[in-house]
Amino acid sequence: MTALSALFARDARIAIRIGGGAMMGVLFFLAVVTLVPFAVGPDLALLRRIGPAILWLGALLSSLLALDRLFANDHEDGSLDLILMARPPLELVVVTKALAHWMTTGLPLVVASPILGLFLNLDPAALSATVLTLLVGTPALTFIGVIGAALATALRRGGLLLPVLVLPLTIPVLIFGVAATNAASVGPMPFETPFTILCALTLMSGVIGPFAAAATLRYGME
Amino acid sequence: MKLSGLDLTCIRGGRRVFSRISFSVSAGKALVLTGPNGAGKSSLLRMIAGLIRPAEGRLTLEGGDPELSAAEQAHYVGHLDPLKPALTVTENLAFWARFLNGKAGVGGTALVERGLDAVGLTDLAQLPAGYLSAGQRRRLSLARVLTVPRPIWLLDEPTTALDTASQDRLQRLMRDHLSGGGLIVAATHGPLGLAEADQLQLVKSLIDWQEPGAACDVNAMDTVL
Repeated sequence: MTALSALFARDARIAIRIGGGAMMGVLFFLAVVTLVPFAVGPDLALLRRIGPAILWLGALLSSLLALDRLFANDHEDGSLDLILMARPPLELVVVTKALAHWMTTGLPLVVASPILGLFLNLDPAALSATVLTLLVGTPALTFIGVIGAALATALRRGGLLLPVLVLPLTIPVLIFGVAATNAASVGPMPFETPFTILCALTLMSGVIGPFAAAATLRYGME
Repeated sequence: MKLSGLDLTCIRGGRRVFSRISFSVSAGKALVLTGPNGAGKSSLLRMIAGLIRPAEGRLTLEGGDPELSAAEQAHYVGHLDPLKPALTVTENLAFWARFLNGKAGVGGTALVERGLDAVGLTDLAQLPAGYLSAGQRRRLSLARVLTVPRPIWLLDEPTTALDTASQDRLQRLMRDHLSGGGLIVAATHGPLGLAEADQLQLVKSLIDWQEPGAACDVNAMDTVL
């Protein structure tokens, strides 16, 4: 456990230092959400209706932003070699790195979302539902994203490969995240139905993602 | 403790890097890998470190901790220095000490300070690692090896970028490690100052060998063309 907590602390520390990815995600989120009213016009009723979807899309794109460096940095400076050789199972290492990544990039998005929701004229019910669904749903985005991050590192391709690989896999999370938020504010279906499916998606990706990413790293690094 | 490889073959990207190499190193001994660029010195070290699977042959470790693989009991110092430029020298070393030790409260700050002192980096302890020179980065990597005790050292060109004083210091540290019962496999072009070391000379797609110190049994190498 000490080894993994050391890894968590290191990754979190690097992310919040200058040049780390933590603040960039929130700023990108802000930029995306701020652009929407300029694009669709100042129609408050329309913004209120599409607001949850905009917030979810913004969060999805922002959470992918820093993800391609998750293993690539460790690969480029040789840290990944030592991590592969080390005693902790690679799957747990991936979980640890994903959690550190989520805490420094996903959680700030959740915290920023109610403020950005005000820009989109969301009512309090929709705001709180957005925060709750993002809190539950963004870990799923990270856990799905680690598969893409591992592939991008193993194939030695950075940049756009990761979003192209990962975005299709995130569609279910997006559907049920936005559905739950809409259910809370406009109905007619109960909030719990899409929300529990969203929770299930997060739990499933939390299991599948680390195993897939660890297998990719193991076979890709030779 | 005895580390040995039998009939190891390495194929990288469809190319045969080396074929049927056998070696063995016992505790207190060093094996120096020499040979031209591309002969497979680094590949052999990475194979011992478990980072490349042998296409043929096998690696065995006798007398180590039975619950751990050879890689988990080894230090690997490769071409790259695994340091994060945003973290200070101390933070970098403390991370690897905690990550590789895996036990709570092992040494802590005192251990890290001792490691930095051993490679002469105490003055730079609070400097972000991004500002270090190549030689200082290499010394910080070697401090990692000293901070976490492990019996097997796999060193790939350990003297790269080191000044003569640091090279002398490295020689002393390696001799201490050997006299403490450890074993070293090192790839090098220059002299390492380990007079009693055995040599395994790798030739491009042709394997040759010499035996300057007869004490350690470096087995005969077969050559397959």
